Parts: sequence; structure tokens; C-alpha cells
Amino acid sequence: MKVAVTAQGADLDSPVDPRFGRAKYFLLVDTDSGEFTAHDNVQNLNALQGAGIQAAQAVVNLGAQAVLTGNVGPKAFTTLQAGQVAIYPHASGTVRQAVEQWRSGNLQPAAKANVEGHWS
Amino acid sequence: MKIAIASGKGGTGKTTIATSLAHLAATDGRTVAYLDCDVEEPNGHLFLKPQILREEPINKLIPVVDADRCTHCGLCSQACRFGAIACVGQQTLIFTELCHSCGGCLLVCPQEAIREVPKPIGLLRIGTSGPLQFVEGVLNVGEAMSPPAIHAVKDAAPDVDLTILDCPPGTSCPVIESVRGCDHLLLVTEPTPFGLNDLKLAVEMARALKLRFGVAVNRANTGDREVWSYCRRQRIDILAEIPDDRAVAEAYSRGEIVVESVPQVAECIRSLLETLQSGAPA
Amino acid sequence: MKELVVISGKGGTGKTSIVASFASLAKEAVIVDCDVDAADLHLVLQPQIQRREDFTAGSKARIMPGHCTACGKCEELCRFDAIYYDGPGNGKVPKTFRIDTIACEGCGVCFDFCDDKAIEFEPAVCGQWFVSQTRCGPMVHARLGVAAENSGKLVTHLRRTAQELAARQKREMILCDGSPGIGCPVIASLTGASLALFVVEPTASGRHDFLRVAQLTMRLGVPGILAVNKADLNEEVTSDLEEFARQNGIAVVGRIPYDPAVTQAQIARKAVVEASSGPAAEAIRDLWTQTQTYLHRSAPAAAGGFVQLAGQQQESTT
Repeated sequence: MKVAVTAQGADLDSPVDPRFGRAKYFLLVDTDSGEFTAHDNVQNLNALQGAGIQAAQAVVNLGAQAVLTGNVGPKAFTTLQAGQVAIYPHASGTVRQAVEQWRSGNLQPAAKANVEGHWS
Repeated sequence: MKIAIASGKGGTGKTTIATSLAHLAATDGRTVAYLDCDVEEPNGHLFLKPQILREEPINKLIPVVDADRCTHCGLCSQACRFGAIACVGQQTLIFTELCHSCGGCLLVCPQEAIREVPKPIGLLRIGTSGPLQFVEGVLNVGEAMSPPAIHAVKDAAPDVDLTILDCPPGTSCPVIESVRGCDHLLLVTEPTPFGLNDLKLAVEMARALKLRFGVAVNRANTGDREVWSYCRRQRIDILAEIPDDRAVAEAYSRGEIVVESVPQVAECIRSLLETLQSGAPA
Repeated sequence: MKELVVISGKGGTGKTSIVASFASLAKEAVIVDCDVDAADLHLVLQPQIQRREDFTAGSKARIMPGHCTACGKCEELCRFDAIYYDGPGNGKVPKTFRIDTIACEGCGVCFDFCDDKAIEFEPAVCGQWFVSQTRCGPMVHARLGVAAENSGKLVTHLRRTAQELAARQKREMILCDGSPGIGCPVIASLTGASLALFVVEPTASGRHDFLRVAQLTMRLGVPGILAVNKADLNEEVTSDLEEFARQNGIAVVGRIPYDPAVTQAQIARKAVVEASSGPAAEAIRDLWTQTQTYLHRSAPAAAGGFVQLAGQQQESTT
């Protein structure tokens, strides 16, 4: 299974980026093989607005089935849901630790967005 | 003639001066309209107490996708610079609050699957206050984009001899939308460091837009003299100096038109009106 | 970490004077000026700038006159009246089209549809933002360019920077000077804050604008407290404001009397509590004590300017 994790750096030991839309990187981790690819999010980092929506679309297009991150706003949530991606907010520590937390069932999937949208 | 009343800083007396000018001019027999362009916080009605004759929704155009025609190609999402469209799987999602109504998605769609529909973002209220024509826009609370509402207010302006536009404070997009196309811009300030700082920003804006402008100093007998030195150095005309008077503050707090309640201010405003209309200052 | 946003609805109600005094009393706070349209707090706090960065948001179009064939397609497609037929001639056509960068919304439609590739579409620098040191602690502030837009994004950026700074320096409080109105910059100032302090004057318009910004604050789930400035100007409206506040779950925390010392302090480039021990300064000290009590009870500022959702609506179509 492929899991996308928002990250502040491009490797598994980078801290999870608590921001979804304006995360520095998305790490796409294959949880069966442990292999990963890093995808920078520069375009959305500097976006005028709608960063969450566009980041969500990118995650869907990467083929992720779940996303581990800090906070997800309502618009990104709607978009991820439409793309049938399961959303696990409140991930913390490094990317490696977040994936472990998720694997051991310690992350709860969100039934709705966990943060308010904002204007940026 | 269109005169816009603006100020970098809020609370300098913009609405006091705008309502007073409009009221005085209208009672002088000219056809006059007052437009409240401060759609986020419209206040003119509190003083002019207009009789509202009709109300209309203010709309912005938003795209709607015809699901039968949409092939989920994603071109609309790529074209939208405002990040308002997402194509995920078999769905095209549109986040209308982010839409700037540019029409790019319609133009780019190869299937002609997108059309535009109006979405209400506020209310236009049109009426009269005695002989004065009155138009205001009221933006819905929670709606972030005011320029389309300001545009609607200006579009609804009646054809009259004199139009007074009461503008929002600041120097960013809503103010630009309000002052664009006016014949004369009056910048209201007060003689304090905050007032002067914000006046400088407003002057920069007026110059960038190449508008003819002058300054009115409110509460002129308080604060310091820096505003006068600045205007002299910059060769900016001071068109009015309105004294601070507790009677003005009290009349204002009660929602009265200041020229009605305080005669000495009425004289200031009358001479300001004449100066503005004579078109003398450059 | 707690974040207090001082807000007013209407401009010019004394918000910035109160923020400056709070900054002086708090000592340990990170100060943010979110009133980016008419930033005044720096006039009193006189920040020493330590870091200066350009702020970029969106892009603007520009027509390259040499490539323009004056076909007029861009003018026809532009919804923002930003394109005019008054550019220089180029040998092929006597006049070309030109873009009014102030009117340009940055939608990119002209760029996308120009058949002659005569339009550039480049990121636009809208202003600068700063991290500074003041006598009352670190300050994050900005200066928008002339007629620049996107102040909502800039406000969010300033608040994030302040939150990161507060976390790094282990400061417990962020003190934010909010912007007037109810639009984009205000929403950006309030979202995710711990507490909003409304500073309102007892006037017909102060009351009207307070009611609207209070609605917005409630909708965003940010708790509010009210202080009436120049309360003695109209006792009747003051009582009315306070009654409205109580009915809507907004605690009434202070009345500040009209006092010429407020303007005098501003002219001396000092906070009211630094320059005076008169009635306004005393009232602001009391207000600060009260505000701290409510701030202690409030929720922490959520990371990245977010707030836990109370209830929410989604707006999207398929």
C-alpha cells in the first residue's frame, strides 16, 4: 500500500510537516517494500491561495491510498475524500515514526477536517 | 463629477465628511448621489437614514461543471491560478469561495462542460435620503472578496450632477476598486503620527493611479503639525481643516449628519464642497 | 502558546494604541502587526529590523510590445478591465496592447490564450516583511507595496512566522494588532487565535461594525472580550454595546475614558502606559489584567494558524 506523508525534508528521518497544503515535501512510502519517493511541493508552497486543494489533488494523482499529516483543512479534506484517500491527521515525529504509528494502528483516521480553513 | 472620499487610516472622519458633503450638495438643488463603497462595514446609512426603495442581490459568477460532458481531463484545474478547481478520480470539485470569476476554466474546457451561474455574495440597497440618491452594498459576513460588491455599487450609481463615493479605509484592492475612475480624490487624515503615516501610503496610491487629489485634515487643532509640513514639502493642497469639537464627536456618536448639528463645521464643509467642484486644485 | 488578536471592525478606534501598551506591559510577547494595509504599530515600537524578505504572491501579466500583433484577443477575454490599447507601436502595428498591473488580477487568461506568445506571466513581489527587535520584545511586521493585493496571505504568513518565533524562543504569548473590516485580512488575522479583544467606540458606526465583526468571530469559533474606548463619549451607546456583548457570550472587560494623553503619547512615540499615568493609562492597565485572565482560560493557538473545528460547512460541487 502507498502512503503519503507530509515532511519537512526529503528523507524518512525528516520531521513530519504539520501543514498539509504548504508542506515542504510529500514522501510517498510503499509500506510493503519500505521504499519511498520524495516529491517537493514548491508550487503549492508559494501558491496565492488554494494550496490545500492543489496539494490534495497532487496526493491523489501520486496514487496514495492514505495520507499522514498534522492538520487538514476542510477544502483539502473534501478533495482527498473525493479521491478516496484515507486521512490520518495528528501524525508526529519523523516520517519513519509516523509510518510505524500508522502501521501499529495508533493513528485514527479523520471523519472530517480537523482544522478550520484559512485564507492564504 | 465623481468625488471619492478615502483615507489610509480608518476612523479619520471619512464618513462624516462624505455624508456631510452629499447632504449639503443635495439640499443646494443639484442632483447628487451618495455611494457607500465600504461594503465590509457600510456606515453611511446610519447618518443619512435613507428610505430603501429596492434591494437586489450582488452576485459573482462561478463555474458549474456538467458531469455528463466532463471527461476529467484536468485542464480547468491547471488553468485556475486561484487553486479553486480539483480534478480527482471521476470528480471535478469547484471551491467557489476561491473563485475570482476570471472565466479561464470555461475558455479552456475542450468539452464545453463548464458554464457560469451567479452566486450571491451581498446585497445592493438603493434608496433616497431627502433629495439625495443613496446606494450601498453590504457584503455577506464570511465572504472574503469585496471588489465585486464594490463594482456592483458603482454600476448601480444613478446619472447625477455630483457623485460622492465613500470608500473603505486602507490602500489595497477594495480601495483601488472604489476610487478608480473618480474625477477627484479627497484624502482625509488627522494630525497624528498614525494619521500622517497612513496619509503617505494613500498619497502613494493616488499617485500610482494618477488621480487628482487633495487632503482634508480632520481634528485640525489637535495633535502636531507634521501633516502640514509633509503636504507643503510634497506640494499637496490642503482643501479643508476641520476643527475638533466635542459637539462633532457627540453628534457622530448619535448618528446625526454633522453639518445639520454643528453649524461651524457646516461652514468648513460648504467651502470644501465649493473648492472640490470648482476643480481648482491640481 | 496563546495568541491574542486585538480587533475593531471599524478603523481608528484606538486598537493600535492599546496593542502598544499591552506590548509594553507584557514584555515577553511576540508582537505581530496584522494591519498590513495601514500598519502603524512600528511608529510607537520603533523596531530595529533584523531580517527583511520580499513577499511574493501570485503573478502578474505583461505584454512584450515587440511580439504583440494588436489582435485584441487579450482585451476581449480580460474580465478585470486591465488591458488597454495604448502601448507603443512596433513596426508591425502602430499601437500595441498594454496591461495595467494594478488592475491585473493575476488570472493568467491573457497569457494562456495569446496566439502570439506576446505575454509574460511572472511572480509578483507585493511587499516586504520583517522580523525586528523592539524595546518590548520581537516584532513581526510588513509593508505592502503601493496598491498591492493579497494581504490575507501576507497576514497568515506573518502569524506563522510569529508562531515559529514564539516556539523557538519559548515565549508564551503572541500579541496581534488585527486589521479593520470583515474581509480577507481580518479572517486571516482571526482564524485559529486564542482570544479576540474588540476595541470599540460608542458611536453609531462603531456599534454597527462591532456587530458584524463579532458575528464573524463567532463563526470562526474564536472567543471574544469587549473593551469600550472613549466610553464617556456616549454612555447610552456604551451600555448598549456591553449589553449586546453579554447576550452573545462576549465578556465585558473594560471601559477606557477619553483622554488627550493617548494622542500625546503617540506624538512622543510612546505607549500610553509608558507616557502617562492618567485615566486612560490606568484603564488600559486594568484592561490588561482582565485580558490576561481570559487569555489563560482560552485555548492555545493551534500550530500554523489553525483552529479546531466547532462545526463546519463544506462548499463544493461536483
